[in-house]
Amino acid sequence: MTTLPKNPPKKKLGLVIDLDICVGCHACSVNCKEWNSGGHSAPLTDTDPYGADPTGVWFNRIHSFEVDNPVDGGRTVNFPKSCLHCDDAPCVTVCPTGASYKREEDGIVLVNADHCIGCKLCSWACPYGAREYDEDAGVMKKCTLCIDKIYNPNLPEESRVPACVSTCPVGARSFGDLGNPESDVSLLVASRGGYDLMPEQQCRPTNKYLPPRPKKLGGGKTDIQALTPVADTSAGVIARWVDKFLSA
Amino acid sequence: MHPAKSVIFFTTASGAGYGLLFLLIGGSMLEILPTDFWVLFSGYFLSFLLIVAGLLSSTFHLGHPERAWRALTQWRSSWLSREGVMAIFTFAPTGLYALQALFFPEGQSGLMTLIGLIGLAACALTVYCTAMIYASLKPVHAWANGYVPVGYLLLSLTTGVILLNGLLAVSGFWSGLVAWLATLLLIFSFLWKLAYWRFLDGTKSISTPESATGLGEFGSVRLFEAPHTEANYLMKEMGFRIARKHSAKLRRIVIFAGFVLPFIVISLTFFMSGALAVIFASLAVLSAGVGIAAERWLFFAEARHTVGLYYGAGHA
Ligand code: SF4
Ligand code: SF4
Ligand code: SF4
Repeated sequence: MTTLPKNPPKKKLGLVIDLDICVGCHACSVNCKEWNSGGHSAPLTDTDPYGADPTGVWFNRIHSFEVDNPVDGGRTVNFPKSCLHCDDAPCVTVCPTGASYKREEDGIVLVNADHCIGCKLCSWACPYGAREYDEDAGVMKKCTLCIDKIYNPNLPEESRVPACVSTCPVGARSFGDLGNPESDVSLLVASRGGYDLMPEQQCRPTNKYLPPRPKKLGGGKTDIQALTPVADTSAGVIARWVDKFLSA
Repeated sequence: MHPAKSVIFFTTASGAGYGLLFLLIGGSMLEILPTDFWVLFSGYFLSFLLIVAGLLSSTFHLGHPERAWRALTQWRSSWLSREGVMAIFTFAPTGLYALQALFFPEGQSGLMTLIGLIGLAACALTVYCTAMIYASLKPVHAWANGYVPVGYLLLSLTTGVILLNGLLAVSGFWSGLVAWLATLLLIFSFLWKLAYWRFLDGTKSISTPESATGLGEFGSVRLFEAPHTEANYLMKEMGFRIARKHSAKLRRIVIFAGFVLPFIVISLTFFMSGALAVIFASLAVLSAGVGIAAERWLFFAEARHTVGLYYGAGHA
Protein backbone atom coordinates (compact mmCIF):
# COMPACT_ATOMS: atom_id res chain seq x y z
CA MET A 1 0.00 0.00 0.00
CA THR A 2 1.45 3.25 -1.05
CA THR A 3 -0.94 5.41 0.86
CA LEU A 4 0.00 5.97 4.48
CA PRO A 5 -1.72 3.71 7.03
CA LYS A 6 -5.36 4.66 7.56
CA ASN A 7 -4.95 4.46 11.29
CA PRO A 8 -1.77 6.37 12.14
CA PRO A 9 0.54 3.97 13.98
CA LYS A 10 0.26 4.29 17.75
CA LYS A 11 3.61 2.68 18.22
CA LYS A 12 6.37 4.67 16.57
CA LEU A 13 9.71 2.97 16.75
CA GLY A 14 12.64 5.24 16.11
CA LEU A 15 16.01 6.53 17.17
CA VAL A 16 17.10 9.38 19.36
CA ILE A 17 20.55 10.66 18.45
CA ASP A 18 22.52 12.71 20.93
CA LEU A 19 24.65 15.26 19.11
CA ASP A 20 26.26 16.25 22.39
CA ILE A 21 28.07 12.99 22.85
CA CYS A 22 28.48 11.55 19.35
CA VAL A 23 32.22 11.45 18.67
CA GLY A 24 31.86 10.78 14.96
CA CYS A 25 33.60 7.41 15.06
CA HIS A 26 31.49 5.88 12.22
CA ALA A 27 31.16 2.65 14.21
CA CYS A 28 27.37 2.75 13.92
CA SER A 29 27.45 3.06 10.14
CA VAL A 30 29.98 0.25 9.84
CA ASN A 31 27.92 -2.06 12.03
CA CYS A 32 24.80 -1.03 10.12
CA LYS A 33 26.50 -2.02 6.89
CA GLU A 34 27.66 -5.26 8.45
CA TRP A 35 24.27 -6.33 9.80
CA ASN A 36 22.29 -5.26 6.78
CA SER A 37 24.65 -6.92 4.32
CA GLY A 38 22.99 -10.09 5.51
CA GLY A 39 19.58 -8.75 6.52
CA HIS A 40 16.17 -7.81 5.11
CA SER A 41 17.57 -5.65 2.27
CA ALA A 42 20.76 -7.59 1.64
CA PRO A 43 23.10 -7.21 -0.08
CA LEU A 44 24.22 -3.61 0.31
CA THR A 45 26.06 -3.60 -2.96
CA ASP A 46 29.46 -1.97 -3.31
CA THR A 47 31.00 -1.29 -6.67
CA ASP A 48 34.76 -1.14 -7.05
CA PRO A 49 35.15 -1.68 -3.27
CA TYR A 50 38.93 -2.07 -3.36
CA GLY A 51 39.56 0.16 -6.38
CA ALA A 52 40.13 3.84 -6.91
CA ASP A 53 36.47 4.86 -6.99
CA PRO A 54 34.57 2.79 -4.43
CA THR A 55 30.88 3.52 -4.02
CA GLY A 56 28.04 1.62 -2.47
CA VAL A 57 24.85 1.55 -0.48
CA TRP A 58 24.92 2.68 3.14
CA PHE A 59 21.89 3.26 5.35
CA ASN A 60 23.62 5.40 7.93
CA ARG A 61 26.20 8.06 7.21
CA ILE A 62 28.13 10.29 9.58
CA HIS A 63 28.54 13.93 8.59
CA SER A 64 30.49 16.57 10.50
CA PHE A 65 29.44 20.18 10.62
CA GLU A 66 31.22 23.31 11.75
CA VAL A 67 29.01 25.71 13.59
CA ASP A 68 30.43 29.19 13.49
CA ASN A 69 29.68 31.59 16.27
CA PRO A 70 31.85 34.65 17.02
CA VAL A 71 30.68 34.79 20.66
CA ASP A 72 31.82 31.39 21.92
CA GLY A 73 34.05 30.31 19.05
CA GLY A 74 31.58 27.81 17.68
CA ARG A 75 31.94 24.06 17.65
CA THR A 76 32.21 20.97 15.51
CA VAL A 77 29.22 18.66 15.60
CA ASN A 78 29.25 15.07 14.40
CA PHE A 79 26.00 14.27 12.74
CA PRO A 80 24.82 10.72 12.03
CA LYS A 81 21.90 10.49 9.63
CA SER A 82 19.70 7.61 8.53
CA CYS A 83 16.02 7.24 7.63
CA LEU A 84 13.86 9.10 10.14
CA HIS A 85 10.78 6.87 9.60
CA CYS A 86 8.56 9.88 9.07
CA ASP A 87 4.87 9.98 10.03
CA ASP A 88 4.00 11.81 6.81
CA ALA A 89 6.52 10.00 4.68
CA PRO A 90 6.53 11.52 1.18
CA CYS A 91 8.70 8.64 -0.04
CA VAL A 92 5.74 6.34 0.56
CA THR A 93 3.01 8.37 -1.11
CA VAL A 94 4.99 9.09 -4.31
CA CYS A 95 5.79 5.42 -4.90
CA PRO A 96 3.81 4.30 -7.97
CA THR A 97 4.02 0.59 -7.23
CA GLY A 98 3.26 0.28 -3.54
CA ALA A 99 6.76 -1.07 -2.96
CA SER A 100 7.40 1.67 -0.40
CA TYR A 101 5.19 1.34 2.63
CA LYS A 102 4.80 2.36 6.23
CA ARG A 103 3.92 -0.33 8.72
CA GLU A 104 0.78 0.24 10.72
CA GLU A 105 2.02 -1.75 13.69
CA ASP A 106 5.20 0.20 14.45
CA GLY A 107 5.56 3.00 11.88
CA ILE A 108 8.66 1.55 10.25
CA VAL A 109 9.08 2.57 6.58
CA LEU A 110 10.24 -0.26 4.31
CA VAL A 111 10.73 -1.12 0.64
CA ASN A 112 9.40 -4.36 -0.81
CA ALA A 113 12.27 -5.31 -3.12
CA ASP A 114 10.06 -7.71 -5.09
CA HIS A 115 7.72 -4.92 -6.16
CA CYS A 116 10.12 -1.99 -6.57
CA ILE A 117 10.67 -1.01 -10.23
CA GLY A 118 13.66 1.19 -9.40
CA CYS A 119 12.13 4.46 -10.62
CA LYS A 120 14.04 6.35 -7.90
CA LEU A 121 11.17 8.77 -7.32
CA CYS A 122 11.05 8.01 -3.60
CA SER A 123 14.68 9.08 -3.23
CA TRP A 124 13.77 12.40 -4.86
CA ALA A 125 10.83 12.82 -2.50
CA CYS A 126 12.84 12.29 0.70
CA PRO A 127 14.22 15.65 1.82
CA TYR A 128 16.85 13.97 4.01
CA GLY A 129 18.61 11.79 1.46
CA ALA A 130 17.83 8.63 3.39
CA ARG A 131 17.30 6.31 0.42
CA GLU A 132 20.04 4.83 -1.68
CA TYR A 133 19.60 3.08 -4.98
CA ASP A 134 21.27 -0.27 -5.52
CA GLU A 135 22.49 -0.17 -9.15
CA ASP A 136 23.21 -3.84 -9.04
CA ALA A 137 19.83 -5.05 -7.80
CA GLY A 138 17.91 -2.29 -9.60
CA VAL A 139 15.87 -1.48 -6.50
CA MET A 140 15.78 1.19 -3.82
CA LYS A 141 17.20 0.45 -0.38
CA LYS A 142 16.96 2.18 2.96
CA CYS A 143 17.31 1.79 6.70
CA THR A 144 14.96 -0.92 7.98
CA LEU A 145 15.47 0.01 11.64
CA CYS A 146 16.98 -3.50 11.70
CA ILE A 147 13.53 -5.04 11.48
CA ASP A 148 15.21 -8.45 11.36
CA LYS A 149 17.09 -7.78 14.58
CA ILE A 150 14.69 -5.93 16.82
CA TYR A 151 12.02 -8.65 16.56
CA ASN A 152 14.42 -11.58 16.31
CA PRO A 153 13.47 -14.23 18.93
CA ASN A 154 16.81 -15.99 18.35
CA LEU A 155 18.68 -13.09 19.85
CA PRO A 156 18.95 -12.35 23.55
CA GLU A 157 16.51 -9.66 24.67
CA GLU A 158 19.19 -6.99 25.10
CA SER A 159 20.42 -7.49 21.53
CA ARG A 160 17.03 -6.71 20.02
CA VAL A 161 17.91 -3.14 19.15
CA PRO A 162 19.16 -1.74 15.84
CA ALA A 163 22.78 -2.53 14.96
CA CYS A 164 23.83 1.12 15.23
CA VAL A 165 22.45 1.31 18.75
CA SER A 166 24.17 -1.92 19.88
CA THR A 167 27.49 -0.69 18.64
CA CYS A 168 27.72 2.97 19.63
CA PRO A 169 30.67 3.09 22.06
CA VAL A 170 29.48 6.24 23.80
CA GLY A 171 25.75 5.58 24.01
CA ALA A 172 24.82 8.42 21.70
CA ARG A 173 21.99 6.42 20.15
CA SER A 174 18.78 5.33 21.86
CA PHE A 175 16.00 3.20 20.44
CA GLY A 176 12.40 2.99 21.54
CA ASP A 177 8.75 3.86 21.04
CA LEU A 178 8.43 7.56 20.38
CA GLY A 179 4.66 7.23 20.10
CA ASN A 180 4.42 6.52 23.81
CA PRO A 181 4.99 9.72 25.82
CA GLU A 182 6.03 7.67 28.87
CA SER A 183 8.76 5.65 27.13
CA ASP A 184 12.41 6.20 28.06
CA VAL A 185 13.18 7.72 24.67
CA SER A 186 10.22 10.11 24.84
CA LEU A 187 11.25 11.24 28.32
CA LEU A 188 14.80 11.74 27.09
CA VAL A 189 13.57 13.83 24.17
CA ALA A 190 11.39 15.91 26.49
CA SER A 191 14.15 16.51 29.03
CA ARG A 192 16.83 17.42 26.51
CA GLY A 193 14.75 19.43 24.03
CA GLY A 194 14.97 16.87 21.24
CA TYR A 195 13.95 18.22 17.86
CA ASP A 196 12.96 17.32 14.28
CA LEU A 197 15.22 17.89 11.28
CA MET A 198 13.77 20.29 8.69
CA PRO A 199 10.29 20.55 10.25
CA GLU A 200 9.41 22.94 7.39
CA GLN A 201 9.42 19.98 4.99
CA GLN A 202 6.40 18.69 6.93
CA CYS A 203 7.39 15.03 6.99
CA ARG A 204 6.99 14.76 10.77
CA PRO A 205 10.04 12.54 11.31
CA THR A 206 9.95 9.98 14.12
CA ASN A 207 13.70 10.08 14.85
CA LYS A 208 14.74 12.91 17.11
CA TYR A 209 18.04 14.73 17.61
CA LEU A 210 19.29 16.02 20.93
CA PRO A 211 21.18 19.32 20.67
CA PRO A 212 24.72 19.81 21.98
CA ARG A 213 24.63 21.01 25.58
CA PRO A 214 25.42 24.69 26.06
CA LYS A 215 29.09 25.58 26.45
CA LYS A 216 30.29 26.70 29.84
CA LEU A 217 31.59 30.19 29.16
CA GLY A 218 33.55 32.33 31.60
CA GLY A 219 35.35 30.08 34.13
CA GLY A 220 38.15 28.59 32.09
CA LYS A 221 38.61 31.51 29.77
CA THR A 222 42.21 32.16 28.66
CA ASP A 223 43.70 34.92 26.56
CA ILE A 224 45.05 32.60 23.90
CA GLN A 225 45.04 34.40 20.58
CA ALA A 226 43.87 32.77 17.41
CA LEU A 227 46.87 31.80 15.28
CA THR A 228 47.83 34.35 12.67
CA PRO A 229 48.34 32.88 9.23
CA VAL A 230 51.79 32.97 7.70
CA ALA A 231 52.14 34.21 4.14
CA ASP A 232 49.69 32.45 1.84
CA THR A 233 50.86 29.85 -0.61
CA SER A 234 50.81 32.26 -3.52
CA ALA A 235 54.01 33.78 -2.15
CA GLY A 236 57.27 32.29 -3.38
CA VAL A 237 59.32 29.73 -1.43
CA ILE A 238 61.90 32.27 -0.27
CA ALA A 239 59.29 34.81 0.73
CA ARG A 240 57.50 32.16 2.81
CA TRP A 241 60.76 31.07 4.37
CA VAL A 242 61.63 34.64 5.22
CA ASP A 243 58.18 35.15 6.61
CA LYS A 244 58.48 32.06 8.79
CA PHE A 245 61.94 33.13 9.92
CA LEU A 246 60.86 36.64 10.80
CA SER A 247 57.73 35.60 12.64
CA ALA A 248 59.55 32.98 14.70
CA MET B 1 19.12 17.08 -9.96
CA HIS B 2 20.75 14.70 -12.40
CA PRO B 3 19.33 15.16 -15.90
CA ALA B 4 18.68 11.62 -17.17
CA LYS B 5 18.58 11.46 -20.96
CA SER B 6 15.66 9.03 -21.03
CA VAL B 7 13.50 11.33 -18.91
CA ILE B 8 14.42 14.39 -20.98
CA PHE B 9 13.53 12.56 -24.17
CA PHE B 10 10.32 11.24 -22.61
CA THR B 11 8.97 14.59 -21.42
CA THR B 12 9.98 16.42 -24.61
CA ALA B 13 8.72 13.80 -27.07
CA SER B 14 5.53 12.80 -25.35
CA GLY B 15 4.80 16.44 -24.48
CA ALA B 16 4.99 17.38 -28.17
CA GLY B 17 3.00 14.26 -29.07
CA TYR B 18 0.13 15.12 -26.72
CA GLY B 19 0.20 18.73 -27.89
CA LEU B 20 -0.08 17.65 -31.53
CA LEU B 21 -2.80 15.12 -30.73
CA PHE B 22 -4.76 17.77 -28.84
CA LEU B 23 -4.54 20.17 -31.77
CA LEU B 24 -5.49 17.54 -34.35
CA ILE B 25 -8.62 16.56 -32.44
CA GLY B 26 -9.49 20.12 -31.48
CA GLY B 27 -8.81 21.31 -35.03
CA SER B 28 -11.03 18.61 -36.53
CA MET B 29 -13.83 19.39 -34.12
CA LEU B 30 -13.69 23.05 -35.03
CA GLU B 31 -13.34 22.10 -38.70
CA ILE B 32 -10.29 24.26 -39.23
CA LEU B 33 -7.97 21.50 -40.38
CA PRO B 34 -7.69 20.01 -43.87
CA THR B 35 -9.63 16.76 -44.22
CA ASP B 36 -7.00 15.22 -46.47
CA PHE B 37 -6.47 11.60 -45.42
CA TRP B 38 -2.68 11.58 -45.64
CA VAL B 39 -2.23 14.83 -43.77
CA LEU B 40 -4.39 13.60 -40.90
CA PHE B 41 -2.87 10.16 -41.03
CA SER B 42 0.69 11.49 -40.75
CA GLY B 43 -0.41 13.83 -37.99
CA TYR B 44 -1.99 11.12 -35.85
CA PHE B 45 0.79 8.68 -36.68
CA LEU B 46 3.46 11.19 -35.64
CA SER B 47 1.71 12.10 -32.41
CA PHE B 48 1.17 8.48 -31.35
CA LEU B 49 4.74 7.66 -32.37
CA LEU B 50 6.12 10.45 -30.18
CA ILE B 51 3.93 9.45 -27.25
CA VAL B 52 4.77 5.76 -27.45
CA ALA B 53 8.50 6.40 -27.97
CA GLY B 54 8.47 8.75 -25.00
CA LEU B 55 6.65 6.29 -22.75
CA LEU B 56 8.99 3.47 -23.76
CA SER B 57 12.07 5.56 -23.12
CA SER B 58 10.74 6.47 -19.68
CA THR B 59 10.79 2.79 -18.78
CA PHE B 60 14.42 2.44 -19.88
CA HIS B 61 15.79 4.13 -16.80
CA LEU B 62 13.90 1.78 -14.48
CA GLY B 63 15.82 -0.82 -12.55
CA HIS B 64 13.10 -3.38 -13.35
CA PRO B 65 11.24 -2.44 -16.56
CA GLU B 66 9.52 -5.83 -16.57
CA ARG B 67 7.60 -4.81 -13.43
CA ALA B 68 6.49 -1.48 -14.95
CA TRP B 69 2.84 -2.58 -14.85
CA ARG B 70 2.96 -2.32 -11.07
CA ALA B 71 3.28 1.44 -11.50
CA LEU B 72 -0.39 1.54 -12.50
CA THR B 73 -1.61 0.43 -9.08
CA GLN B 74 -1.05 3.39 -6.75
CA TRP B 75 -2.99 6.14 -8.52
CA ARG B 76 -4.66 7.10 -5.25
CA SER B 77 -1.54 8.81 -3.96
CA SER B 78 1.19 8.84 -6.62
CA TRP B 79 1.33 11.28 -9.53
CA LEU B 80 3.68 8.94 -11.36
CA SER B 81 1.09 6.21 -11.13
CA ARG B 82 -1.67 8.61 -12.21
CA GLU B 83 0.40 9.59 -15.20
CA GLY B 84 0.79 5.95 -16.24
CA VAL B 85 -2.94 5.31 -15.88
CA MET B 86 -3.85 8.50 -17.77
CA ALA B 87 -1.35 7.79 -20.54
CA ILE B 88 -2.89 4.40 -21.18
CA PHE B 89 -6.47 5.64 -20.84
CA THR B 90 -5.80 8.48 -23.31
CA PHE B 91 -5.16 6.01 -26.12
CA ALA B 92 -8.84 4.96 -26.04
CA PRO B 93 -10.75 8.19 -26.79
CA THR B 94 -7.98 9.72 -28.94
CA GLY B 95 -7.49 6.48 -30.88
CA LEU B 96 -11.26 6.18 -31.51
CA TYR B 97 -11.47 9.78 -32.58
CA ALA B 98 -8.46 9.38 -34.89
CA LEU B 99 -10.01 6.29 -36.54
CA GLN B 100 -13.25 8.12 -37.07
CA ALA B 101 -11.56 11.23 -38.45
CA LEU B 102 -9.50 9.14 -40.84
CA PHE B 103 -11.97 6.54 -42.08
CA PHE B 104 -15.45 7.99 -41.52
CA PRO B 105 -14.91 11.74 -41.85
CA GLU B 106 -18.59 12.23 -42.76
CA GLY B 107 -19.97 10.68 -39.62
CA GLN B 108 -19.35 13.53 -37.18
CA SER B 109 -21.98 12.50 -34.63
CA GLY B 110 -22.77 13.79 -31.17
CA LEU B 111 -21.12 10.72 -29.69
CA MET B 112 -17.91 11.37 -31.58
CA THR B 113 -17.90 14.95 -30.36
CA LEU B 114 -18.18 13.66 -26.83
CA ILE B 115 -15.35 11.18 -27.39
CA GLY B 116 -13.28 13.98 -28.92
CA LEU B 117 -13.87 16.18 -25.89
CA ILE B 118 -12.87 13.35 -23.55
CA GLY B 119 -9.75 12.87 -25.68
CA LEU B 120 -8.86 16.56 -25.38
CA ALA B 121 -9.25 16.48 -21.61
CA ALA B 122 -7.27 13.24 -21.36
CA CYS B 123 -4.32 14.70 -23.33
CA ALA B 124 -4.23 17.74 -21.08
CA LEU B 125 -4.59 15.67 -17.91
CA THR B 126 -1.78 13.32 -18.88
CA VAL B 127 0.62 16.22 -19.41
CA TYR B 128 -0.59 17.73 -16.15
CA CYS B 129 0.16 14.47 -14.33
CA THR B 130 3.69 14.45 -15.76
CA ALA B 131 4.21 17.98 -14.49
CA MET B 132 2.80 17.13 -11.07
CA ILE B 133 5.35 14.35 -10.61
CA TYR B 134 7.86 17.17 -10.34
CA ALA B 135 5.65 19.87 -8.86
CA SER B 136 4.71 17.62 -5.94
CA LEU B 137 8.32 17.11 -4.81
CA LYS B 138 8.65 19.53 -1.92
CA PRO B 139 12.41 19.06 -1.39
CA VAL B 140 13.07 20.51 -4.86
CA HIS B 141 12.30 24.19 -4.60
CA ALA B 142 12.70 24.76 -8.36
CA TRP B 143 9.92 22.28 -9.05
CA ALA B 144 7.41 22.58 -6.23
CA ASN B 145 5.65 25.65 -7.56
CA GLY B 146 2.80 26.70 -9.83
CA TYR B 147 5.09 27.63 -12.73
CA VAL B 148 5.88 24.00 -13.42
CA PRO B 149 2.45 22.60 -14.42
CA VAL B 150 1.66 25.74 -16.43
CA GLY B 151 4.97 25.41 -18.23
CA TYR B 152 4.54 21.74 -19.08
CA LEU B 153 1.06 22.36 -20.52
CA LEU B 154 2.19 25.46 -22.41
CA LEU B 155 5.31 23.87 -23.87
CA SER B 156 3.42 20.73 -24.83
CA LEU B 157 0.93 22.78 -26.81
CA THR B 158 3.64 25.01 -28.29
CA THR B 159 5.80 22.15 -29.52
CA GLY B 160 2.61 20.48 -30.79
CA VAL B 161 1.59 23.50 -32.85
CA ILE B 162 5.10 23.90 -34.26
CA LEU B 163 4.93 20.27 -35.38
CA LEU B 164 1.47 20.76 -36.86
CA ASN B 165 2.65 23.86 -38.70
CA GLY B 166 5.60 21.92 -40.11
CA LEU B 167 3.38 19.04 -41.13
CA LEU B 168 0.87 21.28 -42.90
CA ALA B 169 3.60 23.20 -44.70
CA VAL B 170 5.35 20.05 -45.87
CA SER B 171 2.13 18.54 -47.20
CA GLY B 172 1.11 21.70 -49.03
CA PHE B 173 -1.73 22.68 -46.67
CA TRP B 174 -0.03 25.60 -44.96
CA SER B 175 -2.57 27.35 -42.76
CA GLY B 176 -2.28 30.96 -41.69
CA LEU B 177 -4.38 30.24 -38.63
CA VAL B 178 -2.03 27.50 -37.38
CA ALA B 179 1.06 29.60 -38.08
CA TRP B 180 -0.54 32.46 -36.25
CA LEU B 181 -1.37 30.24 -33.28
CA ALA B 182 2.22 28.98 -33.28
CA THR B 183 3.71 32.47 -33.04
CA LEU B 184 1.24 33.41 -30.33
CA LEU B 185 2.02 30.32 -28.24
CA LEU B 186 5.75 30.88 -28.73
CA ILE B 187 5.37 34.34 -27.24
CA PHE B 188 3.41 33.01 -24.26
CA SER B 189 5.90 30.18 -23.66
CA PHE B 190 8.83 32.54 -23.92
CA LEU B 191 7.31 34.93 -21.40
CA TRP B 192 6.51 32.03 -19.10
CA LYS B 193 10.10 30.77 -19.29
CA LEU B 194 11.47 34.23 -18.48
CA ALA B 195 9.10 34.51 -15.54
CA TYR B 196 10.17 31.07 -14.29
CA TRP B 197 13.87 31.95 -14.46
CA ARG B 198 13.20 35.21 -12.70
CA PHE B 199 11.44 33.30 -9.95
CA LEU B 200 14.24 30.74 -9.76
CA ASP B 201 16.98 33.35 -9.52
CA GLY B 202 15.17 35.30 -6.83
CA THR B 203 14.22 32.60 -4.32
CA LYS B 204 15.70 29.83 -2.28
CA SER B 205 14.27 26.86 -0.47
CA ILE B 206 13.07 27.62 3.05
CA SER B 207 15.33 24.79 4.19
CA THR B 208 18.89 25.79 5.08
CA PRO B 209 21.99 24.06 6.47
CA GLU B 210 20.76 25.35 9.84
CA SER B 211 17.30 23.80 9.59
CA ALA B 212 18.70 20.61 8.03
CA THR B 213 20.90 20.04 11.08
CA GLY B 214 18.79 21.90 13.63
CA LEU B 215 21.99 23.60 14.79
CA GLY B 216 21.02 27.14 13.78
CA GLU B 217 20.67 28.30 17.39
CA PHE B 218 24.40 27.66 17.88
CA GLY B 219 25.60 29.66 14.90
CA SER B 220 25.95 29.40 11.16
CA VAL B 221 26.39 25.88 9.88
CA ARG B 222 28.70 24.57 7.19
CA LEU B 223 29.87 21.11 6.26
CA PHE B 224 33.20 20.22 7.83
CA GLU B 225 33.61 16.66 6.67
CA ALA B 226 31.52 14.60 4.28
CA PRO B 227 30.64 11.09 5.45
CA HIS B 228 32.95 9.49 2.89
CA THR B 229 35.67 10.29 0.41
CA GLU B 230 33.93 9.27 -2.82
CA ALA B 231 30.69 10.50 -4.40
CA ASN B 232 27.66 8.39 -3.43
CA TYR B 233 24.29 7.84 -5.09
CA LEU B 234 22.76 10.83 -3.34
CA MET B 235 25.44 13.21 -4.54
CA LYS B 236 25.32 11.91 -8.11
CA GLU B 237 21.54 11.86 -8.37
CA MET B 238 20.42 14.78 -6.23
CA GLY B 239 23.64 16.75 -5.84
CA PHE B 240 24.16 17.26 -9.59
CA ARG B 241 25.03 20.90 -10.06
CA ILE B 242 25.67 22.93 -13.14
CA ALA B 243 28.17 25.80 -13.17
CA ARG B 244 26.57 29.21 -13.33
CA LYS B 245 28.29 30.18 -16.53
CA HIS B 246 27.17 26.99 -18.21
CA SER B 247 23.60 27.54 -17.19
CA ALA B 248 23.72 31.11 -18.52
CA LYS B 249 24.97 29.80 -21.85
CA LEU B 250 22.32 27.09 -21.97
CA ARG B 251 19.62 29.59 -21.16
CA ARG B 252 20.72 31.61 -24.19
CA ILE B 253 20.52 28.47 -26.32
CA VAL B 254 17.01 27.77 -25.00
CA ILE B 255 15.90 31.32 -25.74
CA PHE B 256 17.34 31.34 -29.24
CA ALA B 257 16.66 27.80 -30.45
CA GLY B 258 13.49 27.20 -28.47
CA PHE B 259 11.66 30.47 -28.95
CA VAL B 260 13.30 33.24 -31.00
CA LEU B 261 14.35 31.31 -34.10
CA PRO B 262 11.08 29.32 -34.41
CA PHE B 263 9.17 32.58 -33.95
CA ILE B 264 11.15 34.33 -36.70
CA VAL B 265 11.02 31.54 -39.25
CA ILE B 266 7.32 30.82 -38.68
CA SER B 267 6.55 34.53 -38.99
CA LEU B 268 8.53 34.61 -42.25
CA THR B 269 6.40 31.83 -43.74
CA PHE B 270 3.57 34.36 -43.92
CA PHE B 271 5.52 36.13 -46.65
CA MET B 272 6.72 33.22 -48.71
CA SER B 273 5.47 30.13 -50.42
CA GLY B 274 6.66 26.91 -51.98
CA ALA B 275 9.89 25.25 -51.04
CA LEU B 276 11.14 28.11 -48.94
CA ALA B 277 8.09 28.00 -46.66
CA VAL B 278 8.54 24.24 -46.28
CA ILE B 279 12.18 24.70 -45.33
CA PHE B 280 11.39 27.43 -42.84
CA ALA B 281 8.56 25.52 -41.19
CA SER B 282 10.79 22.45 -40.87
CA LEU B 283 13.61 24.56 -39.49
CA ALA B 284 11.22 25.73 -36.77
CA VAL B 285 10.57 22.10 -35.81
CA LEU B 286 14.26 21.20 -35.61
CA SER B 287 15.21 24.33 -33.76
CA ALA B 288 12.39 24.02 -31.25
CA GLY B 289 13.30 20.36 -30.72
CA VAL B 290 16.83 21.29 -29.76
CA GLY B 291 15.71 24.28 -27.70
CA ILE B 292 13.07 22.44 -25.71
CA ALA B 293 15.37 19.47 -25.04
CA ALA B 294 17.90 21.98 -23.67
CA GLU B 295 15.11 23.56 -21.64
CA ARG B 296 14.28 20.19 -20.10
CA TRP B 297 17.94 19.49 -19.40
CA LEU B 298 18.20 22.79 -17.55
CA PHE B 299 14.96 22.08 -15.70
CA PHE B 300 16.83 19.23 -14.01
CA ALA B 301 20.33 20.66 -13.91
CA GLU B 302 19.28 23.92 -12.27
CA ALA B 303 17.08 22.26 -9.66
CA ARG B 304 18.61 21.87 -6.22
CA HIS B 305 17.53 19.26 -3.72
CA THR B 306 17.54 19.74 0.05
CA VAL B 307 19.84 16.74 0.44
CA GLY B 308 22.61 19.02 -0.89
CA LEU B 309 22.42 20.84 2.44
CA TYR B 310 23.98 17.76 4.08
CA TYR B 311 26.77 17.74 1.52
CA GLY B 312 28.06 21.30 1.65
CA ALA B 313 25.49 23.33 -0.29
CA GLY B 314 24.88 26.74 1.25
CA HIS B 315 21.26 26.75 0.13
CA ALA B 316 18.79 24.53 -1.67
S1 SF4 C 1 13.55 9.99 6.20
FE1 SF4 C 1 13.15 9.98 4.01
S2 SF4 C 1 13.07 7.80 3.47
FE2 SF4 C 1 12.83 7.91 5.69
S3 SF4 C 1 10.60 7.99 6.03
FE3 SF4 C 1 11.33 10.11 5.98
S4 SF4 C 1 11.03 10.73 3.85
FE4 SF4 C 1 10.96 8.48 3.87
S1 SF4 D 1 12.20 3.25 -6.57
FE1 SF4 D 1 10.92 1.52 -5.88
S2 SF4 D 1 10.29 2.07 -3.80
FE2 SF4 D 1 11.05 3.95 -4.79
S3 SF4 D 1 9.23 4.97 -5.66
FE3 SF4 D 1 10.11 3.69 -7.30
S4 SF4 D 1 9.03 1.73 -7.12
FE4 SF4 D 1 8.67 2.83 -5.19
S1 SF4 E 1 28.72 5.00 16.84
FE1 SF4 E 1 27.89 6.55 18.24
S2 SF4 E 1 29.59 8.00 18.52
FE2 SF4 E 1 30.14 6.73 16.74
S3 SF4 E 1 29.34 7.95 14.99
FE3 SF4 E 1 27.71 6.53 15.55
S4 SF4 E 1 26.41 7.70 16.98
FE4 SF4 E 1 28.36 8.78 16.81
